[in-house]
Parts: sequence; structure tokens; C-alpha cells
Amino acid sequence: MSKQEQHWEKTRNLLFITLAIWFVFSIGIFLFGAEMQESSIRPFGYPLTYWFTCQGSLAIFVILIFWFAGRQEKIDDEFGFSEREGDK
Amino acid sequence: MIKGKFIDNLPKVYGIYTGGFLVFIILMAIAEQAGMSAKLIGIFFVAFTVLIYALIGWLSRTLQVDAYYVAGRQVPTVFNGMATAADWMSGASFVAMAGGIYFKGYGYMALLVGWTGGYVLVASLLAPYLRKFGCYTVPDFIGTRYGGNLARFSAVIVLTVASFTYVTAQINATGTIASVALDIPFGIAVYVGLASILMCSMLGGMRAVTWTQVAQYIVLIIAYLLPVFWISSKLGAGFFPHFMLADEVARIAELEGQFGFVKNSAADLATVPKGLAGITKAHSSVNATPWAFISLAVCMMAGTASLPHVMMRYFTTPSVRTARRSVGWSLFFIFLLYSSAPMLATLSKLSLIDPTLPTGIIGKTIAEVQSIDWYQNWNQANLMFISDFNGNGTLELNEFFMGGKAVVLATPEIAGLPYVISGLVAAGGMAAAMSTADGLVLAISNALSHDIYYKIINPKAETARRLIVARVLLVLIGFAGATIAALEIQGILGSVIWAFDFAMSGLFFPLVLGVWWKRANAPGAVAGMLLGLISGTAYLIWVRSGGSGFLGITQLTFGIVGAAVSLVSMIVVSLITAAPDAATQKMVDDVRVPSGKTVLAQK
Repeated sequence: MSKQEQHWEKTRNLLFITLAIWFVFSIGIFLFGAEMQESSIRPFGYPLTYWFTCQGSLAIFVILIFWFAGRQEKIDDEFGFSEREGDK
Repeated sequence: MIKGKFIDNLPKVYGIYTGGFLVFIILMAIAEQAGMSAKLIGIFFVAFTVLIYALIGWLSRTLQVDAYYVAGRQVPTVFNGMATAADWMSGASFVAMAGGIYFKGYGYMALLVGWTGGYVLVASLLAPYLRKFGCYTVPDFIGTRYGGNLARFSAVIVLTVASFTYVTAQINATGTIASVALDIPFGIAVYVGLASILMCSMLGGMRAVTWTQVAQYIVLIIAYLLPVFWISSKLGAGFFPHFMLADEVARIAELEGQFGFVKNSAADLATVPKGLAGITKAHSSVNATPWAFISLAVCMMAGTASLPHVMMRYFTTPSVRTARRSVGWSLFFIFLLYSSAPMLATLSKLSLIDPTLPTGIIGKTIAEVQSIDWYQNWNQANLMFISDFNGNGTLELNEFFMGGKAVVLATPEIAGLPYVISGLVAAGGMAAAMSTADGLVLAISNALSHDIYYKIINPKAETARRLIVARVLLVLIGFAGATIAALEIQGILGSVIWAFDFAMSGLFFPLVLGVWWKRANAPGAVAGMLLGLISGTAYLIWVRSGGSGFLGITQLTFGIVGAAVSLVSMIVVSLITAAPDAATQKMVDDVRVPSGKTVLAQK
């Protein structure tokens, strides 16, 4: 497998992990909205589903993007595909 | 004058700007104490901020193609994040979102999740790759990746339909705010709003829009957060509302149980002015089916990743790496406002319905409420209404009606904040609507001038001529948008959601598969764009004209139909036609690697 193919395979795997986390917090948990609302886990005292829609999912997306960007930069560095000065 | 040095000094420049704006707010507060009228304060706030934006627009004027289309590709990560957040958060986010949450609760919060979750798709599927491509516009990517004028032209059609639907709503919002703040008729205010929008974008294109959007973000976030924190402290709910309103949310649920949701008769409701609504749904309970919630969220997420005015902001960063990080910053700045909207809705509702608070009106006599100053003001503005349906002389929960905009616009006044805050909120709403309108008008006119005029009609056009065409189109599109906005066909929020569905129907899969599926070819992409857009639109028209729809897909989620058709037709047509040639395959390989020259620079 060429260097480029390996790079793309790692990139694709990172995409799948990122999208899996994204799926859980944007779609997955809301399949159980009514059940979660009754849960005794209450972040800052808010009902659980309500908290996820107000803050939880939103904050997780912010963190997820920065985490994804960091991991992708590592992959690019590993294969020497990061941008250098003068790449325009 | 602005280049180079200006970029290095950005934190300082915008630091001084923010300080200056805070000083301006304090001066206005002093003027209010000295007896300046509320009306004059409103005029000062809107006029002062709009003039600043126009000044930035004029300072950023340019005669270079690169600066006009992509701000010279030198916008730093964090500042591009702020500009994108302003670009993104429209008048609907600023003025209508808290109201939507106030009235519809959980079902509406799907929009919050959708409008933020979409950025994960932007960061992981598209933005860095399109930045590597080095295109000026979104159709530029489609046209070069798939090859052929037909693909380029189809992308321009989808872009125009989606963005134009969106921009009329934004010009409408600038008109609404300008007409209230400056006290002029709506029909004229729409054109005042348009003139302000054009001043920011015409001379400097993307460069001017970028630097005004950063300035607009600063105004709008101060205008949104300051009242939320202030009201929360004033009510004794806590100095940091986001972490401290659990008791208030529980108290609202308790009051709702106590009052009950009494259904009004149709005859009674007919007396309520159009556009106003009562509280009919529980504040924090799960009141929508999983499918209703998820389908709306999915449409907003896919739409986010397909709307060209957002995507083109990531063409302005210096590199692929910064484009990726910039998406994270964008979402962070958006998160600051979006996570505050439910808090504002909670504070607003509690201060109105809790009889133990001095501001509470439920349980008071009708005559008493009618004599309150702010009730009279907002009743006159057609945003509040009460009526004694059961004739018992006291106001019940089901006898109080409010417009969605009132949650943001009236709550400061209800909570007893000085008028200077209301003036600030008007300036913030204007900034939110203007910044989005700027981005959209520019997206449409850039696509028409670059992709239609330069790439298809006259590839030999000189730089000066291209930029003149771009500016003429900008003005024409602005006027067309304002003319339609003046007709007031569809409400602000409705047209915003439609825009997402249109974009998702036609562009989501052609964009994503362009990067992630090498086998995708031009006939497939054209089929995906056109059939997606047509089927989505057909479904919308069918449901609007009384059709029953299927699978619980409504006129707000028709993008699911369009995108499904788009995906299937794109795959089928791609597979039965010839694979893309070696040069195209090589191009896709190059897009997937951050290093090296942009794909367009290699050609």
C-alpha cells in the first residue's frame, strides 16, 4: 500500500470515529428522549434530555471538532503531508 | 494601508473596537439618566453601529480578484471563526430562537442541536478539502471536480434557490429592526437595511464582509449575553445562568402543573391578533416524538454542510490546517449564543408567569395588567395581547399571548432593565441580520459573476471587468431580495428552514461524494443536484397544497426526500456511465492531502 493510501485509510477511520460520536449525541440519544428525561442523572440539576438540548450536545460538538482537528493534524504529520511554508 | 500590518494587529484593532463599543454603551446609559428619550437612544444605537460597519466596508475596498472573492486567503483562525459565527447567526437566531424555545420547548430545540451538529460534518467531511481545492466559490468546486459547464450551472441553480430563500428573510429582518428602531415605515426600512448591507460588501467583497462580520459578531454577542446575565442576577436566579437555572426550570414545571394548559375555543382564538401565541406546551418536558425531533435536526445538520455562504468562509483561511481549526472556533462562538437562548427563554417565562415575582402578570386582574407601561408599549407594537376569555376578571395562563420576537426584544424591559439595554438589543439584532445577508448576497453574486460570467460566458474577461460585473450583480440581487422581502410572503423562521432543506436536497451529496467517492462523475452529480432539488421542491409544493405527505416528513423537513433522491440518483447514474478520467482521479487524490499547492493552482 502506498504512503498516500495508508494516509487515506487512517483519515477515513478517523472520520468514522468522529461521525460515530457525532451520531450518538445528535441522533442516538434523542431516540430515548422521554426515557432519559426521567433519569436521576441531572447535570447542574437540569432534567437530562433538556440539558443535552440546551448545552450538552452543543458543547460536545465543539470539543469533538477540536479533538478531530488535532488527530487529523497528527495523521498528516505522520506521513509528512502537513503543509509547509510556501504551500499556497 | 490595511494589508499586512492590519492582519498582524487584529487583536489590538478589535480590542480597541470592543472597548470603544462598551464606552458607547456607557455614554448612552449616562444620556438616558440625563433624560434622553428612548426613541433617540434606539436611533443612536442602530445608526452608530451601521455607520461603523460601512466605514470598515469602505476601508476594505479592493481591486484584486483574490481579495474580493476570498479575502486574500489570509484570515486568521479565530477571527474567521468569529466572522463565520456572525455569517451564520441570522436575524432568526438572534430575534426568534429564544421565542421559539419559549413557545415550543423541546420540539423546537431540535434546531439548536441541528444548527450546531452540522459543523461536525463541515469540519470532517468538507471544509479542509474544499480549502485544499483552492476554489473561489462552491460551484467552482463542483464545476472543476466533475468537469463541464452543466455541473457548474446546476450547482449555481441550487445555490441561488437556497441562498435567495434565505436572504429575503434576512433583509426582512433588517427592515423590521430598522423600522422599529428608526421609527420609519417597513416598506422604506427594507431599503435602508439593503443600503447598509451593500455598503459593507460592494467595495471590498469578501475582504470587506469578513472584517465587518467580525465587528458585527462582537456587537451581537455583547447584545445577547449582557441582558441574559443581568436579568438572571436581577431575578436572583444566579450570576451565571447557564449553570444555575435548574430551580427556575423546576419552578416553571410546578407552575405549569398548577395552572394547567387550558385549551381556548376557536372563537376565542379568532380574537387574538395574527402571529401571537399563548403558552400551550410544557417548558422542559419531552413533547415531540423521536422522529419529529431527529428528522428536523438531520435536515438542519445536512443543510449546514451544504449552505455555500458558510462553506466559502473556510476558503479565506491561510491553510488547510487553519480551515479545520477555524470550524471549531466558529462553533465555539456560535455555542456562546445558542446555549444562552434557552436560558433567556426560561428567565423570560418565569418572570412573566410566576405570581410571587413583582413582574409576574398571571393571577393579576386584567385591569391591573392593562395599566402596566410595558404591556401597553408591546401591545401597541402588536407583540402582546391579553383577553378575559372566562370573564372572571383575572388573567389566566391561557389568556396571555405574545409574539415570538418579544422574548428577546421585550424581556429586558419587563425585567426592569434600563432602556439602553433595549437599544443595545436592537443593534445586536441588526448586526445579526446584516452579517448573514452580506454573506448570502455575496455568495449568490460571486457564483453568478465567477461561475456563470467568467467561467462560462466570457473566460477572457479582464480583472477590472470581472469585478465590475460582480458588483453590479451584487446590487441587482440585493434589490431583488429587498423587493421580495417588502412583499412579506413567508415568516422569517419558515424561510430560513426552507433554505436549509433546499441546500441539503441539491448540494449535500454532490459535495460530500466529490471528496469521498472517486467514482462519482459529472452525469451523476448533475442528476443528483437537479433531481434532488426538483423532488424536494415538488414534495414541498405537494404538502403546502394540502398533500398528506409520508413518513411524517413535513414542509420543514422536505430536505430528507430531496437528499434521498439526490443520493440514489447520483450513485445510479454515476455507475451506469463511464468512470471519471485519470486526471480527475488524480485531482481527488491531491485534494485528500493537505500538503502541496492547491488543486486549482496546479492546473
